[in-house]
Amino acid sequence: MHAQQQFDAIVVGAGPAGSSAALVLARAGLRVALIERGEYPGAKNVSGAVFYAPGLLAELLPSFWDEAPFERYITRRVLTFLGKESAFSLDFHTRHFALPPYNGVTVLRPKFDRWLAGKAVEAGALLITSTVVDDLLYEGARVIGVQCRRDNGALYAPVVIAADGANSFLAKKAGLQREFSAEEMSLGVKEVLRLGTRTIEERFHLTGDEGMASEYVGEATGPIKGGAFLYTNRETLSLGIIVQIASLAQQRIRPYELLDRFKQHPAVAPLVRDGLTLEYSAHMIPEGGWQLVPRLARAGLLVAGDAAALVFAAGIFLEGMNFAVASGLAAAETALEAHQKGDFSAATLAGYRKRLEQSFVLQDLQRFRLTPAFVNNERLQNIYPELLCQAAEQVFRSEGRPRKKLGSTILTTLRSKVSLWTLLRDGWQAGRALFF
Amino acid sequence: MQELASEPVATQPIEERLELVRFKVDKRPHIRVHTEACRGCDLTPCVYVCPAGLFEILGGEMHFSYEHCLECGTCYVACERKAIEWDYPRGGWGVSFRAS
Repeated sequence: MHAQQQFDAIVVGAGPAGSSAALVLARAGLRVALIERGEYPGAKNVSGAVFYAPGLLAELLPSFWDEAPFERYITRRVLTFLGKESAFSLDFHTRHFALPPYNGVTVLRPKFDRWLAGKAVEAGALLITSTVVDDLLYEGARVIGVQCRRDNGALYAPVVIAADGANSFLAKKAGLQREFSAEEMSLGVKEVLRLGTRTIEERFHLTGDEGMASEYVGEATGPIKGGAFLYTNRETLSLGIIVQIASLAQQRIRPYELLDRFKQHPAVAPLVRDGLTLEYSAHMIPEGGWQLVPRLARAGLLVAGDAAALVFAAGIFLEGMNFAVASGLAAAETALEAHQKGDFSAATLAGYRKRLEQSFVLQDLQRFRLTPAFVNNERLQNIYPELLCQAAEQVFRSEGRPRKKLGSTILTTLRSKVSLWTLLRDGWQAGRALFF
Repeated sequence: MQELASEPVATQPIEERLELVRFKVDKRPHIRVHTEACRGCDLTPCVYVCPAGLFEILGGEMHFSYEHCLECGTCYVACERKAIEWDYPRGGWGVSFRAS
């Protein structure tokens, strides 16, 4: 074995999980290989993309706020129930999210991921791009390295961190993750539209570097289960739809046609008008939540980020990058502990799960474990948004006739499509999923 | 109340969208479809879920291309017959997102 092929730790995938892990490991003085299949970190990566709780990285990188290539900090959150020709929005704006550590920032992944991987390199990690990892190498039941798809592609380390993304071939090959079902995976398709800084600020009521994260449910995805998003970058918009794969297959509508329908909705068209499409992209998202989280470790191996399905898609929350970073950091700390002990057994690496259980990563996923089923409720997807719009329309309608009190107007509208019993049952489901 | 006629949705052809994306096409395909397993498949989920529109049924036969694959993996998850063998392209090849 060549000395060059022996490392203290190998990290597969230079996304937010992998690069965060590599950064911590390299800073601790370990010899770290960070392997990326793209030409550059971020080349294969797509998010909406709002990076919530960026303070997680700022704690690690004091220069974060000055140099990290983020686009805008989110001060405006909008949730819209979209009917066929109407829209009902909750629109929240606060200046309290306008100071570091910001609550959330928009990023463009090719730029951001390249920057973050660069930080790991500055700390001493060896970044190996354009390299696919095909498999893990074992000694008995213990993972001792990775097999790259190139000549002499075996690299060795006592601990491997698989941060290889949503498809997580390594987690599956290691027997930690099962095959996915089309019900628990989603497809996101996205466009980046150039509008110009001035237009974005005026159109979305933003000042300076303020930004907006806006999400839609209902007619946004027609009869298909899912939702849509619209986020502001510095001079572009990121917009797209996220749909359950099983539902997409069933309804037989192509995702890009659905995206066009969303863009042409009367409530959305004026927001994207004159936008020049710069790029189209797509990515799979493990949205199954708690039940999709695999076993997270075995001897010599830890799984982090999307590869471990650590995505928090819980209705009003759509978070992934912060879960990736936090899990990458926890994986690195666990690997460091293993190095100190000189013990890379499953028992030592089980400390990784304990760390995640003590952090928001597994606590949020567990606490909101009923939310994915609630979000895919047929009526929440296809009936309530339209009904909510109709109710609002009835309330606001002035016809020169005597009005009924609002309760009766609203209840009559809702009960035109759904029985009181169903309403109560869905209300209870919403409550269990999100409120109590 | 007058019903508003909803405008028919004009969709941009997928080919135009894919022109905006940078691909470095490998000569070796990274998708293999066992097309004999596709015969008699009425659902053809791959045709509808692929965000690059790479799958097509022509004359009852499955046709596909891999060149403009966005590498999401949706096709193999959607295929109930497990007819799609899907791997990453060689390192550095395939799609490179730049502006997303």
